[in-house]
Amino acid sequence: MSSYMNWRGAYAILRNELLRFFRTAFGSIVSPVLTTSLYFIVFGSAIGSRMAEVNGVPYGAFIVPGLLMLTLLAESTSNASFGIYMPKFTGAIYELLSAPVGVAETVIGFVGAAALKSLIISAIILVTATLFVDYSIAHPVLALGYIVLVAAAFSLFGFLLGLWADGFEKLSIIPMLVLTPLTFLGGTFYSVDMLDEPWGTLVQVNPVFYLVNGLRWTFTGQSDVPIALAFGMTLAFVALCVATIAWIFKTGWRLRE
Amino acid sequence: MPEPILDIRGLEKTYKGGVQALKGVDLTIRRGEIFALLGPNGAGKTTLIGATCGLVNPTGGSIEAFGLDTRKHWREVRARIGLVPQELATDMFDKVIRQVRYSRGMFGLKPDEARIEEVLKALSLWDKRDAAIRELSGGMKRRVMIAKALAHDPELLFLDEPTAGVDVELRRDMWKQIDALRARGTTIILTTHYIEEAQEMADRVGVINKGEILLVDDKDAIMAQLGSTEAHFTLESALADIPAPLAQYPLHLEDDGKRLVYRGGDGTGAGKREVADLAKLLVQQQIAFTGIETRESTLEDIFVGLLEDRQEVAA
Ligand SMILES: Nc1ncnc2c1ncn2[C@@H]1O[C@H](COP(=O)(O)OP(=O)(O)O)[C@@H](O)[C@H]1O
Ligand SMILES: [Mg+2]
Repeated sequence: MSSYMNWRGAYAILRNELLRFFRTAFGSIVSPVLTTSLYFIVFGSAIGSRMAEVNGVPYGAFIVPGLLMLTLLAESTSNASFGIYMPKFTGAIYELLSAPVGVAETVIGFVGAAALKSLIISAIILVTATLFVDYSIAHPVLALGYIVLVAAAFSLFGFLLGLWADGFEKLSIIPMLVLTPLTFLGGTFYSVDMLDEPWGTLVQVNPVFYLVNGLRWTFTGQSDVPIALAFGMTLAFVALCVATIAWIFKTGWRLRE
Repeated sequence: MPEPILDIRGLEKTYKGGVQALKGVDLTIRRGEIFALLGPNGAGKTTLIGATCGLVNPTGGSIEAFGLDTRKHWREVRARIGLVPQELATDMFDKVIRQVRYSRGMFGLKPDEARIEEVLKALSLWDKRDAAIRELSGGMKRRVMIAKALAHDPELLFLDEPTAGVDVELRRDMWKQIDALRARGTTIILTTHYIEEAQEMADRVGVINKGEILLVDDKDAIMAQLGSTEAHFTLESALADIPAPLAQYPLHLEDDGKRLVYRGGDGTGAGKREVADLAKLLVQQQIAFTGIETRESTLEDIFVGLLEDRQEVAA
């Protein structure tokens, strides 16, 4: 069995994906920044100024991690899903399949690039946010770690989506039907104790709820759930994605005829 | 005989839908040769290449390249093989040179701008290196695909229908490129459904139809065996018999003697030459004719012929 790792191959894929991103950098960056700015204007400034503090945190600052999570999930998923879907669509996948690259190189290349793109956009959004609201980051190192982990997890998820999709509709339908509702219902704009029952209980089966709260804790020191649980759920999600990808490549599902 | 560069044994592929694209193919390719896989659409050429290059999971048989099993030693093997697919499939919005660099990196080699320049120059792409691929003509796009496949200096190169849908001039140009590769010592396996192409390019030819290799032989032997020319001379006045001076040619009369039919020659152009000689001779003999129609045998005719031969052998 061939076992050595083709690091140059992984790097080549990653680099190619990033170059593709920068080729269309204007669109890739402007649209999430614009969207988030609109949220900040509406929820942060307009509505937020009339809202009470949430657990001692001004509402504007309270929603920063939630909005960041919203963008992070959407961008990671779409970057990674398009990244792997495009070569399938154009047929350029032939090269990947005929090259000495395996699962590891492919995933590092595509998922790594998608996650990096999300991190770049996250940084830009955090800077943009300072224009609208005052906020601070209580645990910067943990916040960074958390953002990286979530970017990686959802880039993996997007990669799976891109592998599975056999049309452009499928690429957009999952984010629209699943991700957006889960994010909005996952405590982006509110604390769980602002919800009436049964919503307050229901929200706890929403995985995004744990992601938002984990990230919020690193920003504000506040979380609706124990931080260990939030981190645990995030790690479990990463593990699930990795395992599924390994299985898909083993069986050659939808890639190799 | 030196160790073959590629050794395929009993290769089978049945697609999920149930189509049996390869039915136990045996094929041995020698190092340094140009091998043409000749067969009509749907014969299994692309599947055969796909199975060797890692695009298709075979359902039976074995493939050894460079003496290594392509499944067990897939990394080593793939690093030494290049593939130019049938379709122009690449990121059309990217620049030429970037795509070629990308291919080299993907195959695990460190960047080498001098080598990239050499490849692009050899394919006359150097002036277009910063152009977006989608802006190039079809022929140039195909060269980009070749440049990508050559970026890692493969020892074995697959060209899947390199000239399908390409005009005559570009086809000749492609043949020149392939010749240049041969000169470098690259072993080349190309697929085609043009007899002329196999004839022009290959050292050896394998004929494949419906997932089976019908025969493999040196090009000249195959061409002599395969092709034929048919010519119809429409005569001004009917002949009762073939005149004696024409007796040496494979001729017969049709349409009550008003049509003189030639059927002969081989795939090396001998038929065309004979028809030309025949026309001269008819003029000399003052046998007036009002028209000539000639037709070279098609691949289909050849397959029908080969299959008939096989059935006779079997019977
Ligand atoms: N992905 C596929 N799924 C199902 N059948 C296929 C697939 N690819 C090719 N085939 C079938 O396999 C046979 C051989 O195809 P192919 O190898 O492309 O032939 P060629 O390259 O000689 O034209 C054809 O009958 C074709 O329809
Ligand atoms: Mg084909």
